[in-house]
Amino acid sequence: MYPEKFKYTKEHEWVLVEGDTGTIGITDHAQQELGDIVYVDLPKPGTKLEKGKSLGSVESVKAVSDIYAPVGGEVSEVNGSLAESPEKLNEDPHGSAWLVKVKLSAPAEVNGLMSAADYQAYIGAEK
Amino acid sequence: MPEASALRTTALNSVHRALGAKMVDFGGWDMPVQYSGIIEEHQAVRTAVGVFDVSHMGEIEVQGPEAVRLADFVTTNHVAKLKTGQAHYSGLLYETGGFVDDILVHKVSDHHYFLCVNASNQEKDYEHLRLLNKFDCKVEFTSDRYTQLALQGPQARATLQKLTPVDLGAIKYYWFTDGALCGTPARIAHTGYTGEDGFEIYVPPTESERLWNEVMAAGREFGIKPCGLGARNTLRLEAKMALYGHEIDASITPLEADLGWIVKLDKGEFVGREALLKQQQSGLKRKLVGFEMRGRGIGRDGYEVFVDGAPAGWVTSGSPAPSLNKNIGLCYLPAAQARPGLAIQVMIRNQPVEAVTVETPFYKRAK
Repeated sequence: MYPEKFKYTKEHEWVLVEGDTGTIGITDHAQQELGDIVYVDLPKPGTKLEKGKSLGSVESVKAVSDIYAPVGGEVSEVNGSLAESPEKLNEDPHGSAWLVKVKLSAPAEVNGLMSAADYQAYIGAEK
Repeated sequence: MPEASALRTTALNSVHRALGAKMVDFGGWDMPVQYSGIIEEHQAVRTAVGVFDVSHMGEIEVQGPEAVRLADFVTTNHVAKLKTGQAHYSGLLYETGGFVDDILVHKVSDHHYFLCVNASNQEKDYEHLRLLNKFDCKVEFTSDRYTQLALQGPQARATLQKLTPVDLGAIKYYWFTDGALCGTPARIAHTGYTGEDGFEIYVPPTESERLWNEVMAAGREFGIKPCGLGARNTLRLEAKMALYGHEIDASITPLEADLGWIVKLDKGEFVGREALLKQQQSGLKRKLVGFEMRGRGIGRDGYEVFVDGAPAGWVTSGSPAPSLNKNIGLCYLPAAQARPGLAIQVMIRNQPVEAVTVETPFYKRAK
């Protein structure tokens, strides 16, 4: 369920680091907790993200939630398909419904994040 | 720290959990917010049938020779006009004209009125009635005697009819009857909080699980879905039904809440009447009005509303409307501006987003 190659945050984001690029998304647990997602607000390419700061928001029928940057960097690509089809975040949060790609400013930041096993233990304990 | 177990539960709690419902703390109650998804559950009610456990709602009964006098003294609608077997929506007010609660009053007999009240207000309501009871009748808190199920949707009647000998087609809207449901005594009311046709059923808690299962089985051929409080909220909002703590509370009067139709100022003395008369004479300062978002975003509860660049009011409820494919909401505005067709801005996360006031209800079922 939770890919080994991702790193995870306590706020339920994931990041996949490949070279100096990080792909950021929200976890399956996050989409389950949110329920039917109706809006996704994402930054524009070129936006500088700071680790731990809000990069945008996802909104479900019930509520709006911030998305926090798991790592710092400059946004290089935004998943534009989510504007039209935000429900993809409910269907494929670890795949086609990634949110943004960033050029990492401090690749070592990812070391402080959780592994898949740690994250699963974390959400298990949260329940 | 209060444990999770400090939350109150209905008799169907384990059933919800077994169904995989997402549970939330709703005013101190551990309640299902959704099972399969709010939108799917919402659509089930609009197009087929849904069942809700609303046993957290409270029941208070007023009985005795002067039961009608107390009921009329503490509520805004005209209880003496109810016929046996009839129910109406009403307000329980403070002297100030603000809401203690919004309630349903059912006339069981000349000497017996059955009140259905909001979960988180029930103890307060009971105390309120007891303190005001200077009449020859007794007020009884009977919430733990009932499980309440709401069957709502165009197939609610067909579903329920399979389980009762009562001729449901003969129960007019906002009437009720006492009969049997799967052999168990039940109060079956043709009422609801969804804007759809449906019934609210009061049964003994000991029978909850069996009756829930019977209802689910009876509704299977129609595509029945268990529905949570999330869908209940989107459904009631589309139908512009008030939710205590949002559209109404102790600081809001029924006139402001666009609920003048439940206020019978000419019925005689009742708690809050003087304040309402005064408000009527001096004119309302603010009034509830519906809006639709024009810009991208959802104006949610508590967000500020601007008119012509100046703060003018606040959103009481806001949500996507699954039946309308729009983002809708209700807000308070100065009374003079609380009319359809006005351009407003809702402050969404510090950004003004365009919206327009509209006629309500947002959704009205085809009859």
